[in-house]
Amino acid sequence: MKNMKLRISQSQGLLIAITVFVLMFTLYITNHPAGLTVPVATTAANKAVLLALVAMAQTLPVLTGGLDLSVGMIFILTNCLASTIVSGDPLQTAFGIVVVLLVGALAGFVNGAIVVYGRLQPIITTLATGAVYYGIALLIRPVPGGEVQEDLADFMTYTVFDVIPTSLLLLLAVVLIIWLPFRNSVVGRGCYAVGSAEGAAYMSGVSIDRSKLAAYTLSGLLAGVAGLMLTFVTFSGEASASIGGTYTLNSIAAVVIGGTSLYGGAGGAIGSIFGAFILRTIDDLLFVFDLPPLWQPLFQGVVLLSAVSLGAARVFRIKNRLELFN
Amino acid sequence: MNEQTNSQHPDKSRETAPPFWQMQGITKRYGGVLALENVDFACERGAIHAVLGENGAGKSTLIKIAAGVVAPTEGKMMLESREVVFTSPQEANAAGIVCIFQELSLMPDLSVADNICMTSPPGRWGFINHRAQRRRAEALLAQVGCEDVNPLELVKNLPLSRRQMVEIAKALGRDPRMLILDEATSALTAADVGKVYDILRDLRRDGLAILYISHRMHEIEELADTCSVFRNGHHIETFAKGTHSDNEIVRLMIGREYTQIYPAKPAHPEPPAPALSVRDLSWGNRLKDISLSVGKGEIVGLGGLDGQGQRELLLALFGVLRGVSGSVEVDGKAARLSSPEQAKSKNIRMALIPEDRKSEGLLLPMSVRDNISMASIGRFTKGIFIDRESQNARVDEMVERLSIKAGDNELPVGTLSGGNQQKVVIAKWLMTEARIILLNDPTRGIDVGTKQEIYQLLRDLADAGAAILFYTTDYDELIGCCDRVSIMYDGGIMRELQGEAINEENIVASSLNISLDKQSSDGEPRP
Repeated sequence: MKNMKLRISQSQGLLIAITVFVLMFTLYITNHPAGLTVPVATTAANKAVLLALVAMAQTLPVLTGGLDLSVGMIFILTNCLASTIVSGDPLQTAFGIVVVLLVGALAGFVNGAIVVYGRLQPIITTLATGAVYYGIALLIRPVPGGEVQEDLADFMTYTVFDVIPTSLLLLLAVVLIIWLPFRNSVVGRGCYAVGSAEGAAYMSGVSIDRSKLAAYTLSGLLAGVAGLMLTFVTFSGEASASIGGTYTLNSIAAVVIGGTSLYGGAGGAIGSIFGAFILRTIDDLLFVFDLPPLWQPLFQGVVLLSAVSLGAARVFRIKNRLELFN
Repeated sequence: MNEQTNSQHPDKSRETAPPFWQMQGITKRYGGVLALENVDFACERGAIHAVLGENGAGKSTLIKIAAGVVAPTEGKMMLESREVVFTSPQEANAAGIVCIFQELSLMPDLSVADNICMTSPPGRWGFINHRAQRRRAEALLAQVGCEDVNPLELVKNLPLSRRQMVEIAKALGRDPRMLILDEATSALTAADVGKVYDILRDLRRDGLAILYISHRMHEIEELADTCSVFRNGHHIETFAKGTHSDNEIVRLMIGREYTQIYPAKPAHPEPPAPALSVRDLSWGNRLKDISLSVGKGEIVGLGGLDGQGQRELLLALFGVLRGVSGSVEVDGKAARLSSPEQAKSKNIRMALIPEDRKSEGLLLPMSVRDNISMASIGRFTKGIFIDRESQNARVDEMVERLSIKAGDNELPVGTLSGGNQQKVVIAKWLMTEARIILLNDPTRGIDVGTKQEIYQLLRDLADAGAAILFYTTDYDELIGCCDRVSIMYDGGIMRELQGEAINEENIVASSLNISLDKQSSDGEPRP
């Protein structure tokens, strides 16, 4: 009982994000002319899962106390790559998928290696590598186009048993196969330790380098999954800087709304998923209430600001003003 | 108590065997500063070995080397006669050497159980078995008598004293063969200290080698089997407990040359009118009922061991801390000090010369000129613009007065030597024409020549009517520079010394919270 209470208080950010999302989604569905039908849910899921995956990718570097400005560009790069190699017979398709995911992971690994061994700040490292990845994406696909194995794309963007959106199952699989094992591993906990107090983690014998490398590599892999999914949704590839940039910024917003601290050490990818869902539902709400879609940035900004303010409440408890600056 | 210790002492037959842990010819240099010089040190299993010494004697460096945090410049270390080299705390842990550091090594955002089982959690294939981890944490917490701490609680929600117990539990969880405690009891409650004593005695019985650093004489009295005294980076003497009196130990810790580099103190026939007087100042449990006054033209020293609240007191006076109780009067008028901006305002005119010049005193990439004029920029204005001419004139005057060797005042301050950087910090606050000057260990890491100039400067300022409150970790400076000295201990003022009474014996004794006079008359250890 007591432990239950503790667990609840420790996942406050996540619980708030879930509650807010449920309320918003209920509001959306009850005002939707068609109500909760399978097509409505599937469309909502397909859009939300893309951002959710990129937000998960952003979560890992943030947990270590860093920030990854290249997730959106890895997302675009893998999209462009997938639109050229994920096609043909099943074997070729499977090979293409593996290559796309490996390239995503490699891009993340490069980020991690520069941050860990080059000792550069994550924010500037990933700003630079992001530009490089975008450049490669342009080389692969100078003009929008390409193709993707259609049966697979259809399957991934429709439903299983005619009720459950496949994209949600993909997200669930990513959580179960990648996130939860990572969260419960020694390396994963090392990421939290590093983000919480790097010096203390070093003193405690945590292998800091390995944890950070793992965080950035997994981040790249997750962005790769998202890029693959984008290809299934759009049936093509496009090296668009604006899509990459928007996803990067929205992923940071989703991470914060989901209750992960930008200082690192606290939070998790589940929260980021709901943060992404909240951001996406804002769109949908504007639509059902017939408000101009131009209002979307304004509402997103308000939601983000409220989430950040909740986190900033700690400032009122600080007794030594010098600690405000640390 | 002595008989008890002797019976627990390892059998004499082992004495001929090589020691369990040995350090030979250890030298450690930080830049040009020698922290340890050619030190030989050894300790045995089944014994508690106390390491004594003043601030800066080299104790911390010694244990950092043993724990793999820093590498020695020269010398070698042997564990059970086998030479070992540690490049990280991880490697020292693997060899069975575990250190509980003064600055805690806990991760605040993680749970107690996560922290305790940080490096080798139960589980397999790299995954953590959370249930087993919780049980292990519970068992270890019970071992240190902290059943009340929930292993799932986040460390940042625990009070400092509990955190320190968690730190001890964490160390025990690594199955140490040698346990090093660096001031591990400094934040504990009396009840917890008792528990720690019991644990340490149990561990000694189990055959651990225990290295214990503490500034509390009575703790050493109660626990130690062997004592080693360090001074100025040298290992002075190792002796069995009880063979030296407290007086002799204090003398061993001091015994250094005393050089006359201080300006003469003026005679104060009667105490000057107080410029700053503080009554019953408290802040949480870090500052306790502090009352003191600093007169015009007086230099009052703040002494005591590191971390007894001196830094907090200065910050509180300068308006940095929130939730401070008590009253502060400036020139006999009540003053409300709620921000540094207010503290330096026209009617108070206070200045704080901070301890860490790199983070709190200087803007390293900015020029010497900009740094010096930073705190008094409001004086050099024409409308809303900075009046370069009058600013430059004042800066040049300061640079000359403090003989700051910068070459060019436009150079970034980060390019100057440590001593000159410190002078820039002082110049910056002198420009504000402060009447009350608080100094936080201003001479740390500065060469002797510059120190001497700073002492002379302080005396000149005092003669010109400033009230100076001067915290230093160097006892020499308290004796040489200060008209009066207040020694702090555990957040309160332990003792005030004046005139002839400002001497090393008194300062060291008060810092350690022991009374020498009583000691020498009846020889009884005091709690």
